[in-house]
Amino acid sequence: MASAVQAFAPYRVILASRLRAQAAYRGSFVADLFGSLCVAATEFAELWALFHNIDSLGGLDWHAMLMVFGIGEFAFSVADLLVGHLDTIPTYIRAGTLEAFYLRPLSLLGQLITSEIGLRRLTRMGVAVAAATYGFAANDIDWGPDVVAMLLLTLVMGVALFSGVFVWAAGAQFFLVNGSEFTNAITYGGSYASKQPSSIFPNPLRVFFTFVVPVAFVAYLPTLWILGLPGPEFLPSWLAWFSPVAVAVVWSVAWLLWRVGTRHYQGGGG
Amino acid sequence: MPRAASAYRKLFQAGFRSQSTYKLAMLAGLSTNTIFGFIRYSILTAAQATATGAFAGYTQGSISAYVWISQGLLGSVPMHANGAEISDRIRSGDVAIDIARPLDLQGATVVTDLGKSAYAFLPRGLPSVLIGALVVGLAMPTSPLGYALGLVSVALGIGTACALRFAVCLLGFWLIETRGFRNLYMVLATFLAGLYLPVPLFPDWLQTIANATPFPTMLQTPIDVISGRTADGAAVSAIAVQACWLLFCVALGRFMLVRGRRRLEVQGG
Repeated sequence: MASAVQAFAPYRVILASRLRAQAAYRGSFVADLFGSLCVAATEFAELWALFHNIDSLGGLDWHAMLMVFGIGEFAFSVADLLVGHLDTIPTYIRAGTLEAFYLRPLSLLGQLITSEIGLRRLTRMGVAVAAATYGFAANDIDWGPDVVAMLLLTLVMGVALFSGVFVWAAGAQFFLVNGSEFTNAITYGGSYASKQPSSIFPNPLRVFFTFVVPVAFVAYLPTLWILGLPGPEFLPSWLAWFSPVAVAVVWSVAWLLWRVGTRHYQGGGG
Repeated sequence: MPRAASAYRKLFQAGFRSQSTYKLAMLAGLSTNTIFGFIRYSILTAAQATATGAFAGYTQGSISAYVWISQGLLGSVPMHANGAEISDRIRSGDVAIDIARPLDLQGATVVTDLGKSAYAFLPRGLPSVLIGALVVGLAMPTSPLGYALGLVSVALGIGTACALRFAVCLLGFWLIETRGFRNLYMVLATFLAGLYLPVPLFPDWLQTIANATPFPTMLQTPIDVISGRTADGAAVSAIAVQACWLLFCVALGRFMLVRGRRRLEVQGG
């Protein structure tokens, strides 16, 4: 136990310095917080304005959609706060500054993850929590131990899933270089898809977002299960209990890609 | 004057080439664009099918045309102020050198951006529209005049976006850190331009607000004109509104440049 604490000590020091760095420029930090609040508020406004024209989307009414939106947004914003800055890897690779990380006696992934903590995403998390809380309160939910268990499982697994997707995308960067934007399709595209009812997707897209980038497990399936709604074709709501399997698959792929990518990297020279 | 014109032509070409060099980056952009296109297509067609009202007159065909044309225009209409060289140059003070050049800073920056936008049509614009046409079939104008008006409208939309982008970047003369503001600009601009939801589907009061800004003329208007939703006389007056916003945005950039230049202090010797 003591050795584990010791192993994490350098990371703790790095993280603490990052936290202090963000607080140092208060004006710009407040502007960032506000910017991130506006991103979430606009996403919410899109959904709200859409529901101005409809009563339900893909079989979910407004209150059920709030749950999907809130849970999906929460999972993504927490993952983004923890590991989202991994998407700066292409900058390090292009500038040839990644070597410095290799030289230090710490894990490369560990260093990159602790190289920043995006506190500005806290406001986005706030919007997510508010939407989800309202959604849970407005729906007629039969609260029992099973629902609480499902909720906890969903929140933890959603964050783990998106974190895995970020690592997955980071590992791919070692091969893509100028094509770094390719991975936005699965990170930001995945986040966008996780906040929609999968029932609206045509079959190929539904299969893609359930079995390839399994974001249907983040918010849609748990919401169906909690509300006791039937799922669409290929997606019975009891699948929600299998989110740990989806996370395990995502992390296996992430681990593999990261390993192959870091071995493949040759450095920029100099 | 002819020499200035040739300099602008070269800057336009340089902007074009700066994008065409990175082919993989364009392919990457296209793939992300396509995934988002399919998600938006799913949302809006599902919504159209279960709409409680008239859904602003959109049909399954015209709403999917809306999605794919907007995804196609997205690469060419810069509704953000990220990655602009001018921002970095204002921050570092290098902009003093640009101002000393015999070319107008506003003209040079906007023309280079226009070159980038022109290139983005080939790898981003056309494939997106093609995907839309193959997947669902798109509603398009029926007359040559419709296409001509559509092209003018798209050009004005791109011009307005580039001109306003320049003005937003100039905020760097007054603010040290503009990241928060630029994020805010991007989300507001894309939302009010009708990227996620067509402006006619907004609640009335929000439509009024959107139409009081230049943003719908960057995306909503060009899509309406090129898809034939707005045609003939209505299209001509929509284009006139676009021209007014373009002039406004150019004038705003010019005003800010004159004022910002007075604020600029550069150290050195």
